[in-house]
Amino acid sequence: MAEYATPTTEQEFAENFAQLKPLMSNSEALLESSRCLFCFDAPCIKACPSGIDIPLFIRQINSGNATGAARTIYEANYFGNACGKVCPTEVLCEGSCVYTATGAKPIEIGRLQSHATRQVIDQGKHLFQPGAPTGFRVAVIGAGPAGISCACELRKLGHEVEVFEAKSKPSGLTLYGVAPYKITNEETLAEMAYLEAQFGFRVHYNHAISTRPDLEKLEQAYDVIFLGIGLGHTSSLGLPGEDRENCVGAVEFIEQLRIRQEQTTVGRKVIVLGGGNTAMDAASESARLGAEKVVLAYRRGKEEMGAYEFEYDLAKGVGVQGLFNVAPLEIVGNGKVEGVKFVRTATLNGQVQTVPGSEFVEACDMVIKATGQAKQTSFLSLIPELQVDGKGRIVFNPNTGQTTNPRYFASGDAANGGAEVVNAAAEAKAAAHGIHQYLTKSHLSS
Amino acid sequence: MPDLSINFAGIKSPNPFWLASAPPTNSGYQVMKAFDAGWGGAVWKTLGVPVVNVSSRYGSVDYRDKRMMGFNNIELISDRPLADNLREIEEVKKRFPHHAVIASLMVQSRQEWHDIVRDAENAGSDGIELNFGCPHGMCERGMGSAVGQEPEVLQTIVEWVMEVARIPVIVKLTPNISDITEPAMAARRGGANAISLINTIQSIVGVDLDLFAPYPIVDGKGSNGGYCGPAVKPIALNMVKNCAQHPDVRLPISGIGGIETWRDAVEHILLGASSVQVCTAAMHYGFGIIREMTSGLEQYMSEKGFRTIDDMVGRALPNVKHWEDLNLKYKVTAHINPDKCIGCQLCYTACEDGAHQAIKLNAGTRIPEIIDENCVGCNLCSLVCPVEQCITMERRDDGTQHQTWKERTAADDIPVTFNDERAGGLHHWVPEPAAALGKEKHKTLPGKARQYQEVVVTE
Ligand SMILES: Cc1cc2nc3c(=O)[nH]c(=O)nc-3n(C[C@H](O)[C@H](O)[C@H](O)COP(=O)(O)OP(=O)(O)OC[C@H]3O[C@@H](n4cnc5c(N)ncnc54)[C@H](O)[C@@H]3O)c2cc1C
Ligand SMILES: Cc1cc2nc3c(=O)[nH]c(=O)nc-3n(C[C@H](O)[C@H](O)[C@H](O)COP(=O)(O)O)c2cc1C
Ligand code: SF4
Ligand code: SF4
Ligand code: SF4
Repeated sequence: MAEYATPTTEQEFAENFAQLKPLMSNSEALLESSRCLFCFDAPCIKACPSGIDIPLFIRQINSGNATGAARTIYEANYFGNACGKVCPTEVLCEGSCVYTATGAKPIEIGRLQSHATRQVIDQGKHLFQPGAPTGFRVAVIGAGPAGISCACELRKLGHEVEVFEAKSKPSGLTLYGVAPYKITNEETLAEMAYLEAQFGFRVHYNHAISTRPDLEKLEQAYDVIFLGIGLGHTSSLGLPGEDRENCVGAVEFIEQLRIRQEQTTVGRKVIVLGGGNTAMDAASESARLGAEKVVLAYRRGKEEMGAYEFEYDLAKGVGVQGLFNVAPLEIVGNGKVEGVKFVRTATLNGQVQTVPGSEFVEACDMVIKATGQAKQTSFLSLIPELQVDGKGRIVFNPNTGQTTNPRYFASGDAANGGAEVVNAAAEAKAAAHGIHQYLTKSHLSS
Repeated sequence: MPDLSINFAGIKSPNPFWLASAPPTNSGYQVMKAFDAGWGGAVWKTLGVPVVNVSSRYGSVDYRDKRMMGFNNIELISDRPLADNLREIEEVKKRFPHHAVIASLMVQSRQEWHDIVRDAENAGSDGIELNFGCPHGMCERGMGSAVGQEPEVLQTIVEWVMEVARIPVIVKLTPNISDITEPAMAARRGGANAISLINTIQSIVGVDLDLFAPYPIVDGKGSNGGYCGPAVKPIALNMVKNCAQHPDVRLPISGIGGIETWRDAVEHILLGASSVQVCTAAMHYGFGIIREMTSGLEQYMSEKGFRTIDDMVGRALPNVKHWEDLNLKYKVTAHINPDKCIGCQLCYTACEDGAHQAIKLNAGTRIPEIIDENCVGCNLCSLVCPVEQCITMERRDDGTQHQTWKERTAADDIPVTFNDERAGGLHHWVPEPAAALGKEKHKTLPGKARQYQEVVVTE
């Protein structure tokens, strides 16, 4: 039995994908902020990859200074509202809140964060302005969390910034990848517009940088180039039948979902391949789109899944069924997907081994491959001297963002191999300072 | 089952909880409802000269999300016709003959006092309370706290009242005075049967930051009001104690001020009150709070083996001493229970910045450590610790020695010059002033300040 009816209207879509962290009212924010202890050298700050001064902003909310709270947040992290809503707070700030040690609920830091930032966004209250012009020009490739954060900080430091984005909208996977029950398109874009209005960087949409001549143009026109390109498409599995109709990549499926919303089609019986957070998202999303049965198939045991426990709980909560210790052999069907042929596996000394003779076919009419995103290595190979490591990640200095080509800087998924929005935002801010140092040459060394 | 009933200066009531003279006792309707809910008595909203009220009338001190920690009002005495009030008193007494109804009164001339005392008696009141406390509006007209602050005037008025009174007379004292025992003694000299305290404290609860006016705001302006509610309990307790300990007061005390739970009531009683009165808590939560109050009091009395309220009255008084009588040899220091500590480090920063630098942090753990030699046993850390019984104050002396400041003075053994060897803090360790500079900057300026410490790029 499906828990959700297929949404046919905007309203029904919003109900099926109701926000996990809805906006806090002023009363709720007052109650929740009152609980915060204002810890010394607070562990929540240390657990936040962007180092937001959490006790300070909570105290500001509590004393009726939500604008000051928003400033505290944005000074550390330009994706303040987005992070409040999409961060895995359970394993970051909230997971380290001292209250967890008492058995009491941790402070709802994420929702408080969004409460403060949404106020300044909705009221259009500007907190920042560009710095005095330095005359330096930086090209940013990619308008995702990394690119936009870097652009904001560079503008604050007075550098001219132009952003080149392949897609038609900003914020990268925040808009095209994160589950719709974590953040809505409207609020994602509102935060981007809010930032753009204050910092005044220019974004060229539908403008992919993909060839060597494209790059050369940038190299000539700009002093520094920042790579915020993220990762690529879903990696292929190399299985027979992968090209059948209705066998799709998770990233591509979710992108459609974020764009088309209730017009997205989903199978009646869906098999999701993978055990990471993206697999959990794709499975939950299929269920919320009204799929009758959603099966999550993973090569190893439940405990070995890479996904956060709360993400798996979320999927289970909407009726997703787990199928563990199975490896896909073939996507079966006749033009269209009709099922997946699996073989059972056993883990021996940490090695997954197939159990001969245990093959079976699990019927379905849609397969979603959530088996990781490919790296953009062929594009990166167009950049002279730029090294990537064995996993396809750009080699960079995490303190400065600088790559092995001194004029190229990078952060976010393309450099860290795929993490969270907050990591991209924090790294890119550090990279902006690295770029600033590089440009102003005030602090040089090799 | 303990017996909660009291006989307060001749006024009988099924329990010691009375509603104080205030809006909850404005009408017969309210008082009957309160008695129905379980209250033992009610001091009627003050009757007297005709008045006119303003709107709005109340202001509040909120603490974080907690409403009405403190409360103030610029309201006057009852603005209802005297005849209506008297008729309703009579009706309530008929319906509740065993509950206490006390008429609170405030008028000016001797004749007016005589008339109104007789009216109150004729209506069937069990007692009379003289309101010498209101700190606004009435004092400008020579009543309320204007009387309470002048012991001689107070005594004269009490004498006028006693000329005609046939029922017990309670004098309600204002705290807006430097020594509460002065008006208390005046009440006794005038022949009063009991005192009640405290009335509200002159206050401004807050200022509107946009209108630049004090709360509550009446057409853009405000006035000082009378402060009450949980925040005033400490002041009330001290004044109750002062009256209860004073050898020349010797009158039953009705304790008022900040009573919201059975605990607050027991505290008033242990310091000498033999009935208690409640206003703000009833205005905040309604009459239903009485159930918690009576059941808590009953439970406490059973556990302690008190049979009657009188068994407990003043039980803490022998332990309230002057500072000079405290044992200087008694020593406690703080102890942290590492199993309970949640690592908030509030104790650390409190002691480091607000006390005696007697707590240190160690690498690799969030659990702070007490430096025993530096700890003066001030208690601050245990007060800020959010975990129950996590920081405890442990006794360090062997309990054999006892010496007070008074004894040392008598023995001529007190520090008398600067740098005297006998002074307390002389050999207490404090860090060098300059050691403060830059200390823990990275912890107290977090966020962005932590992030970009070293930025080194390749050319
Ligand atoms: C399914 C899914 C769910 C996720 N859920 C969460 C979550 O709940 N919470 C969370 O914190 N994180 C989540 N993440 C991770 C998070 O979205 C990423 O870590 C983050 O978006 C990385 O930011 P980025 O700027 O490095 O890259 P991206 O967000 O990928 O942005 C890169 C941008 O660059 C553009 N681009 C790429 N190449 C070029 C080019 N050659 N020329 C021009 N433009 C180019 C892309 O179009 C894109 O807009 C999720 C990721 C996925 C895939
Ligand atoms: C709105 C208001 C009106 C009051 N009016 C009177 C009054 O008419 N007569 C009086 O004796 N005390 C009056 N008081 C003082 C209360 O009886 C009581 O002494 C004081 O509020 C302290 O008790 P609490 O802390 O329980 O509120 C009033 C208090 C308030 C809040
Ligand atoms: S750890 Fe929790 S209680 Fe302490 S400052 Fe952070 S949010 Fe507040
Ligand atoms: S009792 Fe006072 S001096 Fe001792 S550790 Fe606690 S705060 Fe510091
Ligand atoms: S205040 Fe209490 S809980 Fe917090 S660090 Fe100190 S001992 Fe631990």
